[in-house]
Amino acid sequence: MTKRFGPLTAVNSVTFGVQRGEFFSLLGPSGCGKTTLLRMLAGFEQPDEGRILLDGRDITRLPPDKRQVNTVFQNYALFPHLSIRDNIAFGLRLRRLPRAEIEERVDEMLGLVQLRDHASKKPTQLSGGQKQRVAIARALVLKPQVLLLDEPLAALDLKLRQHMQIELDEIHDRVGITFLYVTHDQGEAMGLADRIAVMRNGVVEQIDPPARIYESPRTSFVAAFIGDTNFFEGVVTRIVDHDYCDVEVEDLGTVRCWNDKHIRAGAKVYLSVRPEKLHLTHERPADLHDGKVNVFPVTVYQKVYQGAWTRFWVRHGENVDDCWELSVLQVHSRYLLDTTPISWDDRVWLSWHADDGYMLENYDERDETLLNHPTEPVVPAPDAPYPADAAAEPAAAAPQEPSADAERS
Amino acid sequence: MQSAPRTGLLRRIRHHGAELLITAPSMAWMTVFFVVPTVLVLLLAFRPTALDGGVGRGWTLQTWRTISNPNYPSIVWRTIWLSFAATALSIGIGLPCAFAMARIKAQWRSTLVGLVILPFWTSFLIRVFAWRLLLHPEGTISVFLHRTWSVFGWQFRFLAPETTLLYNSFAVLLVMVYTYLPFAILPLYAAAEKFDFSLLEAAFDLGARPWRVFWRIFVPGVRAGVVSAVMMVLIPALGSYVVPDLVGGPNSEMVGNKIYQRALPDRNLPHASALSALLMLGVLLPPGLAWLATRKRHLGATDTDVVAAMNSPSALGNSGGRRRNGVRA
Repeated sequence: MTKRFGPLTAVNSVTFGVQRGEFFSLLGPSGCGKTTLLRMLAGFEQPDEGRILLDGRDITRLPPDKRQVNTVFQNYALFPHLSIRDNIAFGLRLRRLPRAEIEERVDEMLGLVQLRDHASKKPTQLSGGQKQRVAIARALVLKPQVLLLDEPLAALDLKLRQHMQIELDEIHDRVGITFLYVTHDQGEAMGLADRIAVMRNGVVEQIDPPARIYESPRTSFVAAFIGDTNFFEGVVTRIVDHDYCDVEVEDLGTVRCWNDKHIRAGAKVYLSVRPEKLHLTHERPADLHDGKVNVFPVTVYQKVYQGAWTRFWVRHGENVDDCWELSVLQVHSRYLLDTTPISWDDRVWLSWHADDGYMLENYDERDETLLNHPTEPVVPAPDAPYPADAAAEPAAAAPQEPSADAERS
Repeated sequence: MQSAPRTGLLRRIRHHGAELLITAPSMAWMTVFFVVPTVLVLLLAFRPTALDGGVGRGWTLQTWRTISNPNYPSIVWRTIWLSFAATALSIGIGLPCAFAMARIKAQWRSTLVGLVILPFWTSFLIRVFAWRLLLHPEGTISVFLHRTWSVFGWQFRFLAPETTLLYNSFAVLLVMVYTYLPFAILPLYAAAEKFDFSLLEAAFDLGARPWRVFWRIFVPGVRAGVVSAVMMVLIPALGSYVVPDLVGGPNSEMVGNKIYQRALPDRNLPHASALSALLMLGVLLPPGLAWLATRKRHLGATDTDVVAAMNSPSALGNSGGRRRNGVRA
């Protein structure tokens, strides 16, 4: 499908298929065309080119009211003059169903979204999370073939968002309807979706299950937009065997790399390694994997302790203005106080296994701005534990919101 | 805080001193120029008529007895139906206008609002006189409608020769709608501009056809604008006097005309006062009803309630005994 607004191409030759019952997510930054795409599926916009098939039937030119597709809007769009019950019953009444059936189906939906006690209230009397659930019930009660969700959790606060995620997942499991979920929040997409389509500038960059999106992104945009990563630019100098090659990275050295894409020697490549796949050690790690572990000396220049993990930024190279700056995430799976903590200005060893990096087919330097690499030293947020103090305390003392405990008891 | 506020009034004055100070001038103005004259008018209705045309001494209910003159019911009835018809037509025309104005590109909106208030640049009287010219038997509209048109040999005319456009209730209604339409469009537009048009998309999405979306979602959505438009049109319409006087005939008099006749040509002030009092009662009725209709209580829920409710183990219903993080039964 293609959609243009004047000179702007909002959606550019996007093609994808969604399976029945699938939880499919469209993920991308604002302005990437995901909402336009959703609006075309709902019938609010007409594509300039392309077709929309639902169950094999072409619905491209059908108006919204003739499609078996319903939408949950970002701002809920509940009818303020109708009660919750009447909001949910709105679509059923338009279909002139028998009164008893309407009552039954509305009651069923009210039960599904836990709002039986609020049925006679008006939308203004509900909280954000409750309104969201009414919006979902209002769309689901019509038993659509596809439920479109446009950033349904964006207006909620973090905690409620997490709860609603679980609830959405359960609703999806129970009703078995295809969900098409638009979001800019990678956490929501990763946590909920069976498959994710990552979009940018009206183009789908990759469609894959969340784990594949994260572990094997096809483009530098996908790699940088979802999670954090480190990019290296280099040239393939040697094909080691069927699976591995050596990449010469300027000012760093030779890096052994997993060559799943069978790139030939001499090719310019871009390498990406996720921060949590990098390891920092005081001692130079012994190479137990016959040359598959890359080891480089680095200096820690910034660290932020977070209890469960510590984020480090390290430099390779003496010249501060021209060196490799890498982001490293050290997850503390062992008791931290029995180890010698790595601290600022420590000269330590950085290592990663060749299997843990991947080469990118498509690289754009602008994507580097998406990375979480500070050029200025990061000042810890005032409410975060100051790294030096926090490191001296047991990891179990990680800050827990007291209100959470109070509500659970 | 604990004891009942025995000095409630004093405290309120102290707490709201600044507010009272600010509103004092307008309160004084309203008292002197509105409340006092209104009370005087009401009192006059209970005075006897003096033979020389003035107001006599003492108190009497004579005026109220003569007011049940057999002429009045038809005039009151006409006043009511003309006013309500003018209101309904103004709002009926105003709603689509407001809808279109709120939907059009922002750069055109101020132009349209300007066009709506453009008629106010000309004196009201001149505009009504202009209608007299248009509707006059020799006026443009009249001539156009009375002329015999011939299209492909088929001859017809819009109006029978003997019908007149001027000096009847139709003319009064037409000119009233013309006069009050801007007063309907402006509050409706103000409400429509605040209306969340994504609600229309939601209604389309749920299967509603455009006409139904307009009546079931848009019109209730601009309810507040409709209420104020009704008041803006109905109240002055009930008190209309110039329009029926200029374009109406003897069979389209309204209460306003009667008040004028009693007060000036007849010099019967008590009678005019009694009619005014009745009219005022009629004028106060619609806003009173509107106030009753819009009076509402609001109960609010917060997100913390929801989180607490969802944290309770049974919140997600029969979810198959999945253990939730941090919940101990």
